[in-house]
Amino acid sequence: MIETIVFAIAALMILVGAVGVVASSHPVHSALSLVLTLFGVAVQFVALEANFLAAVQVIVYAGAIVVLFLFVIMLLGVARAEDLRTDRLPIQRPLAGVLGLAIVGLLIAAFVASRDTEPLAVGPGLAIAGEAGAGAADVNLADHDANIRQLSFNLFSDNVFVFELTSVLLIVAVAATVVLTRRERSKSAAEAGPVES
Amino acid sequence: MIADVQPTTTWYLILAAVVFGIGAVGVMIRRNPLVMFMCIELMLNAVNLSFVAFAKRLGDIGGQTAVFFVLVVAAAEVVVGLGIIVSILRRRPGATADDLADLKG
Repeated sequence: MIETIVFAIAALMILVGAVGVVASSHPVHSALSLVLTLFGVAVQFVALEANFLAAVQVIVYAGAIVVLFLFVIMLLGVARAEDLRTDRLPIQRPLAGVLGLAIVGLLIAAFVASRDTEPLAVGPGLAIAGEAGAGAADVNLADHDANIRQLSFNLFSDNVFVFELTSVLLIVAVAATVVLTRRERSKSAAEAGPVES
Repeated sequence: MIADVQPTTTWYLILAAVVFGIGAVGVMIRRNPLVMFMCIELMLNAVNLSFVAFAKRLGDIGGQTAVFFVLVVAAAEVVVGLGIIVSILRRRPGATADDLADLKG
């Protein structure tokens, strides 16, 4: 019962925030609605026993990415309301609505058709499936930080090469952004094109 | 009966599908490039939610690892995308997605 209440409140936060992002005429209001959605998703992560990802969601998304959005909005001075009444392409909104409803309808039809109605298993933590690292068997599932241990075992044993590649990606992104937003010598912005792709 | 109801994986997946649809509609109807970026973040979050729901349903931690990588790639994407938007808007203030239809500076 308590899980259902938590799900309903968090889902309401997520949906209100998502509609607010799309329907707000002011970019700052969109960013703040995005924060509401991100916190709702973090609550759902906790309900799904992904405690570490919930913390990372709040820190990285709400703490870093939305703040970056707000910095750009304030620095560029584009924080003015946009007129959402007028529609330059008359067919654009009905077409977008039909396409969005088609996406949602098809996805929900697929989920409902393939659903298994038994409730989620309630347990202390996730079991490690497949062949895990040698030390993974020692992880006590009832431990209070079993989630972060399992995630770290999976991350640094099976996916360690992908993990190293993400560090390369972050270095490339930082270098590309520094080159792109440099004010003088705009020719170097053109040279940054192949770097990020 | 009511007290026995527990959220199943299907609930989370339907919620994720609705959020994904809202984000997709936002990308299609909004013209402010910053708001379009926020709608892309909405879609990424919907996919993250379904990844975690599947991870719990299947008892496999690999779904959460995928979410971890999605977070990293989303951070890099936002950094590069906002850099591009800053450099465009600095040259043409108030540009919308309609004004950027051509590839010329």
